Amino acid sequence: MATYAPSRAVNTSPYYAVQLRKFAAIAMVTLFTIGILFVFLLPFGNMMSISLRDQDSLAGNQDSPLLPMKPTLFEYQGQNLELLEVPIDGEVRQLAALTKRRTSVVFIDPENPDGEPIVWEGNWRGLKPVFSFQPRWENYADAWRMIDFPRLFRNTLAIAVIGMIGTLLSCISVAYAFARFPIPGKNWLFIILIGTIILPSQVTLIPTYAFFASIGWTGTWLPLIVPHFFANAYNVFLLRQFFMTLPRELDEAAMIDGAGPFRILINVIIPQSWAAIITVGLFHFVWSWNDYFGPLIYLLGQPELQPISVGVQIFNFRYGPRPELVQATSLMAMLLPLILFILAQRFFMRGVVITGVEK
Amino acid sequence: MTTVPSSLSLNTTTMLPRKLSTLQRQRRWGWFFLSPWLIGFFVFTFVPIVVSLFFSFTNFTLSKPDQIQIIGFANWQKLFADPLAMNALGVTIGFALLSLPVAVGVPILVAALLNSKFLIAKPVFRLLFYLPYMVPAISGIFVWQAFLNGQTGWLNRLLRSFGLNPPNWLQDATWIGPAMVLMSLWGIGNAVLITLATMQGVPQELYDASKVDGANATTAFFKITLPMISPVIFYNLILNTIGLLQFFIVPYVLTEGTGRPNGAAYFFNMHLYKTAFLFQDMGYGATMAWFIFLMALGLTIILFSTSRRWVYYAGGE
Repeated sequence: MATYAPSRAVNTSPYYAVQLRKFAAIAMVTLFTIGILFVFLLPFGNMMSISLRDQDSLAGNQDSPLLPMKPTLFEYQGQNLELLEVPIDGEVRQLAALTKRRTSVVFIDPENPDGEPIVWEGNWRGLKPVFSFQPRWENYADAWRMIDFPRLFRNTLAIAVIGMIGTLLSCISVAYAFARFPIPGKNWLFIILIGTIILPSQVTLIPTYAFFASIGWTGTWLPLIVPHFFANAYNVFLLRQFFMTLPRELDEAAMIDGAGPFRILINVIIPQSWAAIITVGLFHFVWSWNDYFGPLIYLLGQPELQPISVGVQIFNFRYGPRPELVQATSLMAMLLPLILFILAQRFFMRGVVITGVEK
Repeated sequence: MTTVPSSLSLNTTTMLPRKLSTLQRQRRWGWFFLSPWLIGFFVFTFVPIVVSLFFSFTNFTLSKPDQIQIIGFANWQKLFADPLAMNALGVTIGFALLSLPVAVGVPILVAALLNSKFLIAKPVFRLLFYLPYMVPAISGIFVWQAFLNGQTGWLNRLLRSFGLNPPNWLQDATWIGPAMVLMSLWGIGNAVLITLATMQGVPQELYDASKVDGANATTAFFKITLPMISPVIFYNLILNTIGLLQFFIVPYVLTEGTGRPNGAAYFFNMHLYKTAFLFQDMGYGATMAWFIFLMALGLTIILFSTSRRWVYYAGGE
């Protein structure tokens, strides 16, 4: 190999210069992106930090520690002594204060608790306490219990899953119609369908609400579930785009074998479309998990039926002065959608691209 | 799965006569499979839009639905004379003008960054930039409320560490708008992903050719990338414009429905919600809803008519 190597004396310097410049560019762009991402995701850090705080370390002042830190205590003969930073003989030592006075303090050395107590001359208020990282995980247990998380979780899950079934059944059917059948005026119908994406929902809101109220459905889950059995534009669009890519030859072969439109849908189209179907299911699930306005108006005054979005909001209006619980419940409400997304990111991202780009 | 039995029952009621041609039969099946949407569109979209318009000329209220009276244009006159509604409209438009450049521009910049040939570990960055989009709105609002806290919020601690004197974002009438624009950055995930996918679809030959002609990276971005992704920019612009007209959850939850400070976060849609659902004045609420609808329609028409000038469709449409 070495014999075929080009003469290094001639080639190295431009080659390495190019490589070096490329490497510098990669380092710069990547570090820059990391920097932006860091700031972008910083609110998550703020949330975690507050959610792990002790109630009395939450005093709202700008010098309070960034992380859930508390003064460190040292147990000495059944007493909890505060650790202070004490300058002695030119060095700073961490000592446990046994008696605090304005003129002198008696310290115990935590490393040698049985040794002679150290007497320090001066005002103890001038000494800084030793802070250490002490997360209070119990906040999550408290929030879980106080908000009745299992009930909220069950409600949200039920609304999301039943609605998802409705969305899948109706959207698959409608997308199949648009993708495969010669319906007169199909293009116009499709434009109307897509047009509903940019229709402000307020314009249908009040009559829809009055309609549900008149048939006694307000205060139940039905207004949050039943409309999903009548298809929605995004999901129909996604499925139709996918169905259009499937070769018609398979349909035709099945038709020759005597299969009707239903058999073709169930035995030919659906088995080839799991990726799109899973995407639509996930989209609906996450959408429903996030939905706030629907439950807000239809489940007003029905706390036992409310899903997590409204539950968390009401809880937090009530417990506003307990920021650690507010942040803990916020995290609890976002956990499942985030986990689902990370597990199924391929489906999500491809679905987003299909609905967004191909228009 | 549950559709199978329902189809059987339908088949028996609409038994097809044998004489139907294949085309006719296919059409009937088409209408059948389309029916969920047709019914849904009629029941949950078309009829409510019409009824909404009708309500706007009445004093309809849910507590006394039988006492409905037609009152002509009284609600419409009230709308334009209602200082709360007009103020809320001003807040909504002002915020939209502030937010639109960010909502449309930032995704392009982030996508360009993620498309850079010098960036490594792209899938990881793409995932992490998309991640906040998955956070439920309610959680996101409370998380940002803490992050933007004037005293203890990490943003202000960071800004102070650079020697700046940051505002108390959420308590200050001038800063609550920019604060909500910052919060909206967590919603750029979709736009970034779509923009990025479109950028990746721009043919490499175009860039190669421009290089031969002596164009540098900046020129290529403005002369090739931007025109080629203009359909996506247009799509984001339309969706964000319509979305901003309906802006509700963030200011409603953030200010506990009050629109504090000084009504600076009292949006048109909050006024609609309060009028229709808290004060039960649904006739007037429907008027506001139709007003939003007309604005959305007008803006969509304007945007579409200008789009011919700047949106480029490859292959011509």
